[in-house]
This record gives sequence, C-alpha cells and structure tokens, in this order.
Amino acid sequence: MIEACGLVKRYGSTVAVDGLSFTVHAGVVTGFLGPNGSGKSTTMRLLLGLDAPDAGEARVNGRRYADLPWPLREVGSMLEARSFHPGRSAHNHLLALARASDIPATRVGEVLDLVGLAGVGGKRAGTFSLGMGQRLGIAAALLGDPGLLVLDEPANGLDPEGIVWLRTLVRSLAGEGRGVLISSHLISEMALTADRVVVIGQGRLIAETSVAELSARTAGRRVLVRSPDHGRLAAALDVAGARVERSPGGLLLVEGMTAQAVADLAATHQIAVHELTPQPASLEEAYMELTRASTQYRPGAGHGQRDGDQARMNMKETRP
Amino acid sequence: MTVTAAAPEIPPGRYRVVHVMRAEWVKLRSVRSVRWVLAAMIVGTLALGITDCLVEASDWAHMTAASRARFDPANISLAGLAFAPLAIGIAGVLVMSGEYGSGLIRSTLAAVPRRRLLLVAKAAVLAAVALALSEVTVFTAFLAGQAVLAGRAPHATLGQPGVLSGAYLALLALFGLGLGAVIRRSAGAIAAYAGLVLVLPYVLLALPGNPARFVPETMLASSVAAVRPQAHYLPPGWEGFALMAVYAAVTLAAGGWLLSRRDA
Repeated sequence: MIEACGLVKRYGSTVAVDGLSFTVHAGVVTGFLGPNGSGKSTTMRLLLGLDAPDAGEARVNGRRYADLPWPLREVGSMLEARSFHPGRSAHNHLLALARASDIPATRVGEVLDLVGLAGVGGKRAGTFSLGMGQRLGIAAALLGDPGLLVLDEPANGLDPEGIVWLRTLVRSLAGEGRGVLISSHLISEMALTADRVVVIGQGRLIAETSVAELSARTAGRRVLVRSPDHGRLAAALDVAGARVERSPGGLLLVEGMTAQAVADLAATHQIAVHELTPQPASLEEAYMELTRASTQYRPGAGHGQRDGDQARMNMKETRP
Repeated sequence: MTVTAAAPEIPPGRYRVVHVMRAEWVKLRSVRSVRWVLAAMIVGTLALGITDCLVEASDWAHMTAASRARFDPANISLAGLAFAPLAIGIAGVLVMSGEYGSGLIRSTLAAVPRRRLLLVAKAAVLAAVALALSEVTVFTAFLAGQAVLAGRAPHATLGQPGVLSGAYLALLALFGLGLGAVIRRSAGAIAAYAGLVLVLPYVLLALPGNPARFVPETMLASSVAAVRPQAHYLPPGWEGFALMAVYAAVTLAAGGWLLSRRDA
C-alpha cells in the first residue's frame, strides 16, 4: 500500500503539489489523472523519495521509501522516459539495478523477455526508440518482482499494439494482487485500465473514486429536451443557471441540470415537454468537467497559471 | 502472460554497501565513455613518458653540467603524469555526472535511496579501479622509461616514487567524483576540475608566497612523482599526498551532503 498524506511541494513560488492525500491499494490499478503540469510527476517523485516534500509524507508499506530494506523488491517504478545511460546496454542497465538489490542475474533475461526486448538486450539503450525505452523502463520496474508499481505515463511512445500489451500487463499485475499507480493524461486509456482514479489539478486532489463512480457522477447532468415552447424553456433554464445549447428543430441540450430538475422547472413554468433524455457522459467528459477549472496550460487562457482562489471560483462556476 | 510468483517474497535483511558496490562495478565497466577515458590515461601516460625518455636520452651527451645535475630520471619517465590527472579526473566526474546527464540517477536512487551509501559505494569502486590502473600505468611507464634511458643516461631503479604517484591519481579520481556530485553537470564539473587541477597552478604562480605548491598538479609533479626536491615546492614524500587526500575527502563530503539534501 502506498499512502500520500498531505504532500506539499513548492518550487520557488510555484506550488506543484498542494496538500495531496490518496492511497494506492494492493490488487487495484489506480489511475493517476490530471492535466499536463498538474503535479502528477512531482507527486510520483515524492512517493519515491527522489524529491523531498515541503510538508506531509509518503509511505510505502508503512515506511518512508528511503527506509525500505529492499526498495526494488517492494516498489517497481518508472519515472519519465529515459532513466538509463544511453551508452550502456539494456542488459547491463538492468544487471546493475539487480546487483544493488541482490536480485539474481537470471531475472534480467526474464524481464527483458517479458517486455519484448530479449533480442536487443545487448544493444546500447541509447539506440532504442521511445517505445523500446519505455519497455526498458517497465522491465526495470518489474525487475524486483515487486508488490507495488508506480508508472509515470508508461503508454507514452508505445504503438497501439504496445498500449494493448501494457494494458493487459497492468491488469494481470493487479490480478496477481499487486497495487499499481499509473499516471496518464489520457482518460480514455485509464477507463480501460484502471479500477480507481485519483484526479488532481494544480497539485490538489479533485477526486479519488472508482472509475464507475466517476462516470456516474456526471452522467445525467446532460439532458436532451424537446419542447414545442423551447424558446421560453431555454430562457427559464438560463435563469436557473443551466447551460443550454440550442439545436435546430427546437432541441435543447441542457448541461448542469438533471432530467428531474428540468422536468420540475418546466412544470413550474407550465411548459410542455415532449422528450427528456439524460445523456450518458463518457469518462472523458466527466474528467474534463472536473479538471476544467484547474487546467494550467490552456490555449487562449492568456496567462500560464491562476492563483488558487480564482481556480476555486472557476470550479464553482462549472460545478453549480 | 506470466509475471512469475504472485506473492513476491522479500528476503530478510536489507541492501548493504557491498550490493551497491557490485552494482557500481557493473556500471563502471559497461559504459564506453569511462572505458575510453581510462584507456586514454594509460596510453597517454606511457606514450608521453617513453617519448620524453627517448628525447632526454639522446640529449644527455650534449647536456651542460647544470642540466645534468638537475637530471631526474624517475621524473622524466613519469612525464605522462602531466596528462593522466585530466583523464582520471574526467572518469571520476563522469561516474556521478553521467547519472544526472542521462536521467539514470532516477533509476539509481530508486534502487538505492540511501544516497550517502551510494556515494560511498561509488567512491570505493572508483578508487579501487583507479588505483589498480594507475599503479600498473605508473610502474609500466617507469620501467619502460628506465629501459630507454639505461645505457645512454643515468636511470633510476624501483623503490623510488611510483607507488605514491599511482595512489595520488586514485585520489584525483575521487576528487573528480566529489566535484561531479557537487556540480552534477558533466560539462560544468569537468571544467571545474580542469580549472582547479590544471589552470589554477599557473594563476597562482604569479602570487607571492608561492601558493601554487598546494595545487594538485604541482604537488603531483614535485612531491609525489619527483625524487629530487625542487625549491619552493613541497618536498618529495607524503605531504602532497596527504594534502590531496584532504582535498578529495572534503569534496566528497560536500558532494555527499548536497546529494542527500537536494532533490534528484
């Protein structure tokens, strides 16, 4: 089990991680989601003791990472691409890591085989493509046969076949009882891979929930409404604070209000309604909705970073 | 797909410095850059020493009495030691800075989060390799040089400097390792090393009180590699060696302190 407890990390005046707490359980794939620059990589560095938090602490199986007796046998990790020397062969890179953890050298061949690099183990890692580099990183993470895995954007640079392979691998690791924390900015991939999600924005926890719950959270918050008196209904919905999209033919797409609330509103105003259909929200939409307020780098936003108060205000606007 | 045992077993005890040293040995011998730099040290030191001996041997017949009085056959055969410090220091720097330049440091610290232990292991392996290679190089240069000089000019016999020069080179490697840990960037650390070891003596020569005698390169040339005392420099023997050991220890301590305090 990995526990993040009130982690705070500042770089100068920038707060990269801001009071973040969450848990990674055994046997569960936890998707770690957030827009670019939201603090996912920094959080993972804090979990692995590469960076020291300014406040809070991270615990792996109840201990600080630095106090683990055999780190690679408890947590396998892959942080960012290219955590190897380009001049060293894949085999020797893994052999060095194995030696430090007293892992038998035969395990090196096993993990190279497992990630599909058996044929190029003797090649210098610097000659590898991005995808092969990712595979080497995954091999290093699996080296100690650890019960926990921390993988930062492992799908980066993998071809579609590789992504399916990774998904199957991660699912089977969790199936064996291992806990996996896997970061991604691609929610659609996480929808297929993860059981639970931890969503962060601007270093803060936005949601820690199951994938099913997350899609349920925003499902039904979009309603398709057909009414002969759509002009008046749209006006009433506007006043009530919902976002209304008018389609040709008098169809209204209402966001931010449940079907029940729309029906009640129509009844109050004595407006006839011919159709009222809750729209299923994809996980992607749920995620967009959650992180809208905290997207740091947004085209046209005009400024790089908002301060916390403004971000919170924006969050209220989008989540009435 | 199989990922071996479902319930991973963790052995008793914990990783110790010997495990980390084995890992560092694999790393040291498996990167081209370090191998090349060390090979360059050996070849360069031998080539310079033998060339100098050839030149001096043919000059001996025409030398003035004063030149003959200053003639130090051991020192001439070790002329390559003017070059060796650069190579061995770069090797030392690369052992640490190469990890930062490539991103390997993340993998390394994930496996060995006790950072001072990591630096100790790196220092131990580097010192052992540097010492072995340096001693072999210095003795070969000495014996080859004396063989060239023999018969044509005075030559020295074993038991004079040698041993100390090789150990001194190992200390320079550790000094480079310490600088690599402090500066972390290869280019910056190599520049700092070259500046301190090779350039600083020339700057200090201009100053009163002759502070240049305390600079690594000068100490190597005058007190460790030479047999005949040279005016204004540390006398041949342990003084220069001991001072170099202090430099290396202080730099490594600073590197270890920064390594454990800074974010990787």
